[in-house]
Amino acid sequence: MSQAAKATPVVQRGSPAQAGRSQTRDALRRLRRDYMAVAATLFLVLVALVSILAPLLAPRDPIETNLSQRLVPIGTPGYPLGADELGRDILSRLIWGGRISLLVGFSAVMVAMTLGVIIGLLAGYFGRWADSLIMRFIDILLAFPAILLAITIVASLGPGLRNAMLAVAIVGIPYYARIVRGNVLSLREQEFVQAARVIGAPDARIIFRHILPNTLAPLIVAATLDVGWMIMAAAGLSFLGLGAQPPTAEWGVMLSTGRQFIRNALHLSILPGSAIFLVVLALNFLGDGLRDALDPRLRE
Amino acid sequence: MTRYVARRVLSLIPVLLGVTLLVFLVMKLAPGDPAQIMLGPKATETSLAQLRHELGLDQPIAVQYARWLGHVVQGDWGRSIQLKREVLPFILDRYRNSAYLMILAVLLACSVGIPTGIISAIRQYKLDDRVVMVIVLMGFSMPIFWLGIIMQIVFALKLGILPVSGMQSPGQTGLPDQILHLILPAVALATGATAIIARMTRSSMLEVIHQDYIRTARAKGLDERLTISRHALKNALIPVITVVGLQVGYLLGGDILIEIVFSYPGIGLTMVNGILARDFPLVQGAILLVASSYVLVNLAVDVAYAYLDPRIHYEH
Repeated sequence: MSQAAKATPVVQRGSPAQAGRSQTRDALRRLRRDYMAVAATLFLVLVALVSILAPLLAPRDPIETNLSQRLVPIGTPGYPLGADELGRDILSRLIWGGRISLLVGFSAVMVAMTLGVIIGLLAGYFGRWADSLIMRFIDILLAFPAILLAITIVASLGPGLRNAMLAVAIVGIPYYARIVRGNVLSLREQEFVQAARVIGAPDARIIFRHILPNTLAPLIVAATLDVGWMIMAAAGLSFLGLGAQPPTAEWGVMLSTGRQFIRNALHLSILPGSAIFLVVLALNFLGDGLRDALDPRLRE
Repeated sequence: MTRYVARRVLSLIPVLLGVTLLVFLVMKLAPGDPAQIMLGPKATETSLAQLRHELGLDQPIAVQYARWLGHVVQGDWGRSIQLKREVLPFILDRYRNSAYLMILAVLLACSVGIPTGIISAIRQYKLDDRVVMVIVLMGFSMPIFWLGIIMQIVFALKLGILPVSGMQSPGQTGLPDQILHLILPAVALATGATAIIARMTRSSMLEVIHQDYIRTARAKGLDERLTISRHALKNALIPVITVVGLQVGYLLGGDILIEIVFSYPGIGLTMVNGILARDFPLVQGAILLVASSYVLVNLAVDVAYAYLDPRIHYEH
């Protein structure tokens, strides 16, 4: 799990709308000054655009085989990044693979964050037995190394891309729940929350209008860093044969099959691995930049 | 301190029970009938019913869990469907192989990560610090299984200086050969952990060197090297212990992937092969062993942390 997910939660105190807008503007200004984060964002936007436009940009069908072009190297006419063991165009497979990897990464984070936030809010706000019960369950989930828990879940649900995505999402839930619970415990004693309670605001309003917006900063940072981790974990599960299955054009699957040809077709292993590495690196640069921008104290 | 340790050990019992329950339930949810898998597709209804009865699969789930837990506590972890042998001795043997790999990886990660973090902190915002931090970020952005493959290509296939996979060369039994086989997987496994340890050491060191007592040491004219090594380092390394402990979890996970890349006969390879063959007792045993050892490592880290920083158990 990402470091940010384990980091001490950051709390933005005070919630007037004007101050909120000003803080966001300040954070964006700080982010714009971080060249690595800006470069990472541009790269990620490019990858996202290429993935969205995959049907238009990919020169060939990613699962169309052509045995006469089997294992052709990079630079072959019609196959700019070569072809795999069944003569499938690697460039097209990388483009479609990006679509799957980004979709898995972002969807898994959304699921993990949504459920984690709900659980964290319930545990932190209502406390008592709900908190004890939820936190004991989270302790049990955290007793597993992250990838082992994902493998355990896939072992139960059966191999497949959807199950792998679900598994990495479930693994992420405890980390978000912990971040939110920690923040809620500190926020519920703040004056603005007590004031809302005194004027008779219902619990749902206090939670969603006053507490949740103040836990967003650490969540955004954790989520950005987690997308990278989840892309890597899902690719890892596919690499083990537990995630996406051949002939799906997914980076982990491509790496797993490419590995069998490292003696005579290096590009089959190097290209999909490089794609995972560059996307995860960009997400980590962006996550670091966001963390520094949202809480400049950490930079010091 | 003794009371703190006793309390921590006691708090492990519900967690370990929870781990066993989760592992048991997850395997129960897995599709497929264990009796059918054991007897094959040609089994008759009568023989299936008889085996289900022998295995206790016709009992309520709570009874099945209690029976299974009773056997686990007594060292009977079941029989592997695929290997037709006792699970526990087999996975302990495989776990020992993984332990060699992980111990070497932890040693590598600490011996490179901690000095790198210290140097980076001392040279904060200088060019070398920035370069090191970019390399560190690259280190933990790199998929471990891809790094393993790249290392196989470079050091085994191109340069030919290290073995490409396995734990021993055919016909060789000596320790030097085993160590040669450990180098590539251990380095690949250690890379991510090294990066995280370096980053955490840097931030912990930065926090310490901005403290008043370090300023005092400098103000009284103490040599910078002595200030860092005698005053700053000891305190800065305390949080690093927690990070090293957390990295054991990362290594246990990464180990599974690395063992597949290097065909290393450890617990990870056993587990994944077991999942693909639907060998439930073997998978259940392997997951339980790895998760339990992670819980125990975390306990050891907590105790070490409390020993080094007495504020921890006073606060508890």
